[in-house]
Amino acid sequence: MKLDASGLQSFAPHRADPDNLYPDLSAPPSFDLPGCPDFDGFQKKAIQTVKPAKGTTTLAFIFNEGVIVAADSRASMGGYISSQTVKKIIEINPYMIGTMAGAAADCQFWHRNLGIKCRLHELANKRRISVTGASKLLANILYSYRGMGLSVGTMIAGWDETGPALYYVDSEGGRLKGKRFSVGSGSPYAYGVLDSGYRSDLSIEEAAELARRAIYHATFRDGASGGVASVYHVGPNGWKKLSGDDVGELHYKYYPVVPAIVEHEMADAPPA
Amino acid sequence: MALRGDWVYENNGGTCVAIAGADYTVVAADTRLSAGYNICTRDFSKICTLCGLLPLADNCVLASSGFQGDMKALQNNLSARHHIYYIFVQIYQHQHNKKMSCRAMAQHLSNILYYKRFFPYYTFNILGGLDNEGKGCVYTYDAVGSYERVGYSCQGTGGTLIMPVLDNQLKSPSPLLLAARDAGTPLSESEAVDLVKDVFASATERDIYTGDKLETIIVNAAGIRQEFIDLRKD
Repeated sequence: MKLDASGLQSFAPHRADPDNLYPDLSAPPSFDLPGCPDFDGFQKKAIQTVKPAKGTTTLAFIFNEGVIVAADSRASMGGYISSQTVKKIIEINPYMIGTMAGAAADCQFWHRNLGIKCRLHELANKRRISVTGASKLLANILYSYRGMGLSVGTMIAGWDETGPALYYVDSEGGRLKGKRFSVGSGSPYAYGVLDSGYRSDLSIEEAAELARRAIYHATFRDGASGGVASVYHVGPNGWKKLSGDDVGELHYKYYPVVPAIVEHEMADAPPA
Repeated sequence: MALRGDWVYENNGGTCVAIAGADYTVVAADTRLSAGYNICTRDFSKICTLCGLLPLADNCVLASSGFQGDMKALQNNLSARHHIYYIFVQIYQHQHNKKMSCRAMAQHLSNILYYKRFFPYYTFNILGGLDNEGKGCVYTYDAVGSYERVGYSCQGTGGTLIMPVLDNQLKSPSPLLLAARDAGTPLSESEAVDLVKDVFASATERDIYTGDKLETIIVNAAGIRQEFIDLRKD
């Protein structure tokens, strides 16, 4: 069974190794495959044994002032929270960011790979790659691994010559252009808040607050989401991180504890 | 490719812990190797520092738990690649020998793990060392290569027993908070080593795969130091 490894080629000038001393280093990278006859069964069992880190809520939307991107920071391995400090908003280059949902290793690796490809495009063509182009690169790579068990649900958000742009790309090979997306186990909850509060003429602060609330509500109801709600804004000059708030503290900010009204107060019994 | 049966993995048990401090890193692992209910050996090192001639990067230490075959294969792969990097740099830069920095080794390990995404290394790894500024750094991995720099970590069969204790003692404000708060373990080196010993003693009580001996590696500006402490052998 031969895998399409074109996604891994770097097109970098080949390191001079005239004596072929290091065939391993100069050979193009490729994926090792198990030799067993039942590949799908093996993948299913391997993923269950190895339990790569997953679980999340991410969202992004376009409005008049650009794109707002927000995510939580929890990674779970089965029922165990493996980390509360995962960086799910990945900076591909100064004007484009990607979000991570699904298997953490898949998203980290392919986003890093996408960043390399975008930089190579810039060097080869003397101009920045468009968000359309970047999302297409990623979607094509993921499509070639379709059915192999990769789990990636990502949004590419950026500002290019055509203005703000937002694409959703997943490991099934889907690629959608849109104005509002939420991805992950907590996405239904985030959609509820996001869709009801969305207006295209929000100011940057209002939009950030909407995104923050949506993430908070998703972490409140979804066990696989939590940690810190990060909010980024992508404008004509690139992306900027607007806030990072612990969702536990956000809870008490949105729903402060009101001391109960005491009707009759019992005084201490007088000493006998 | 050799003909492989359907299932090739086995969990050989064990636990690893690493703690990063202001100018040191402590990496520790027990030395028990198990297969099912059997103990294969009480003297198996899960930590990799030296590979013959060269240390694994300037001051980097890898601890893994999981399947021993994959552990050894990964350690050999990593040190061989570092060897090649080291020699390449010697040949092409005509400068001082340059060993991989801890950050570079961390990303390198992530790539090596991910290139086996469809036939994973069944190992749960922690990489510990000193960063370019001399501060302790710990990188924690899942089996397919997702990684993160943290202040402390534990992996392996005793990991879920130890993590809450480390969270209780060492948890610092998240690095993702925008109003950046001061993070970093305030513990001194000896306090961190004591914490590691205590934590392993407790894990040994409740995890059948952890015990026998504790191998502790302390990385600081003076170099790498190794200590062995006995744990319960039952």
